[in-house]
Amino acid sequence: MTLQEAENAVVEEFSMYDEWLDKYEYLIELGKSLEDYPESEKTEDKLIRGCQSRVWLDYHIEEGKIVFNADSDAIITKGIISLLIGIYSGRTPQEILSSDFSVVEKIGLKENLSPTRANGLVSMIAKIREVATVNA
Amino acid sequence: MNVNEIREMFPALSRKVYGKDLVYFDNAATSQRVQTVIDKWNEISVQSNANIHRAVHRMADEATQAYEQARDAVKDFLNAESRQEIVFTSGTTAAINLIAFCFGEAFVREGDEVVVSEAEHHSNIVPWQMMCQRKGAVLKVLPVDDSGHIALEKLDTLLTDKVKILAVTHVSNVLGIINPIRQIIEKCHEKGIPVLVDGAQGAVHCMPDVKELDCDFYVFSGHKLYAATGTGVLYGKKKWLEQMPPYMGGGEMVGTVKFSGTTYAPLPMKYEAGTQNFASAATLKPALEFINLLNNNELIKYNDTIRDYLLDKLTADKRIRLYGVPRGTNEEKIPLFSFSVEGVHHEDLALILDKMGIAARSGQMCAEPVMDRFGVTGMLRVSLAPYNTMEEAEYFVKCLDKAINMLV
Repeated sequence: MTLQEAENAVVEEFSMYDEWLDKYEYLIELGKSLEDYPESEKTEDKLIRGCQSRVWLDYHIEEGKIVFNADSDAIITKGIISLLIGIYSGRTPQEILSSDFSVVEKIGLKENLSPTRANGLVSMIAKIREVATVNA
Repeated sequence: MNVNEIREMFPALSRKVYGKDLVYFDNAATSQRVQTVIDKWNEISVQSNANIHRAVHRMADEATQAYEQARDAVKDFLNAESRQEIVFTSGTTAAINLIAFCFGEAFVREGDEVVVSEAEHHSNIVPWQMMCQRKGAVLKVLPVDDSGHIALEKLDTLLTDKVKILAVTHVSNVLGIINPIRQIIEKCHEKGIPVLVDGAQGAVHCMPDVKELDCDFYVFSGHKLYAATGTGVLYGKKKWLEQMPPYMGGGEMVGTVKFSGTTYAPLPMKYEAGTQNFASAATLKPALEFINLLNNNELIKYNDTIRDYLLDKLTADKRIRLYGVPRGTNEEKIPLFSFSVEGVHHEDLALILDKMGIAARSGQMCAEPVMDRFGVTGMLRVSLAPYNTMEEAEYFVKCLDKAINMLV
């Protein structure tokens, strides 16, 4: 699946739910299914600034592709980061940098979060971009 | 006067959020505005928008009168001795900063001590820390116990000869327990120590009487008590206000200004430099008139029933840990409930409740030391006003259960 296809799949999945409560339920499930993140990696330098709840984002390179893993102490935030990882993990830096990240707007995530959470989301995306830029 | 009649006086309460009826349970942060407050603000803006105290023309006179009538209303509300003891500020925070700075300048020296409680809002900690840093003084902390009550038995040993002032909240914005400030003040006064009471929550729920309390300073914000934002009240005993230097210099706080030196205006103008927020300050009068309406047995009983209901539900639910639990009667508590749920993040709860139409607060509530005291990164808080209904409380309990089930 290309990055574009992965983005479209998320938009389609999200559009299945009319109610925001159902969308949250979906995000909660995504959060719960996120791969375990080691406690030892919950360090200051992996903490994303701008989030009210804590979010840790770590990565490593596998055959030229960036593999992300992350965690949060809040489950909906964890679901959001899980959704982003589902799209952007396992991609080359060039693939990531070619995305305009409009998926976030398309699913209406930003306007449905409180401003502090929306800032957190912006910070998460900025971090993913930063990692791609550094490794390009 | 019943709750429906009260609700009709608040236009914001009939709005919808996400197509659902609004349940506004964030009153400890800011309350909604009563129609008479909105009318007063509009009246000043439309009819009498002229700078107060300065000009002789008609509009300025009207604005000045509205502003000064609000001061009289505050004086009556607090049962202060004189209107000279009522200073308007932009809010509780500004009032505490003013006192911490000016009192520090006048009375605090190197090695002196200042006491605050562990349950204070940041606004009643940081200004004192700043002053202590400037003066080389030491900030001491009066702890709270596991139930959220001030550990009164620890007070005596804290009140050394070096203590220059004690600052304590009437009611903590996290714990909702009404503190025994009368006893604290008495103990402090025995040693000649003045007391500042942070009334940001207390003024809304406890009908403070500064003569009866005998506090030296009492401060509160208008926006938590149905008035406009940017309105704050600083009550100070005349003897202190007279001895302290001014806070800010500028227009209207002066007697005469010469390059060789300036004299200051009498109280309360000495502390009101620059153009005041007169349109908002004027709304304190209708807001306090509204508070008097609430002094109605039927309504008080109804509000108490809602408080007791929520207290019962939140303490009975084993998944919930409530902070600030009455030890004696429920009368110790205002209708404010901060809690956490095992294994659930407070922000997730607030986010889901929001989508159900419930405005609740999550986070540290500007009281990080309280969070540390109870070992949590944040809490969920619901705080009620007399316009909230039993139906809303029942709906909240149902929604909270649903939200918890979604999250665990």
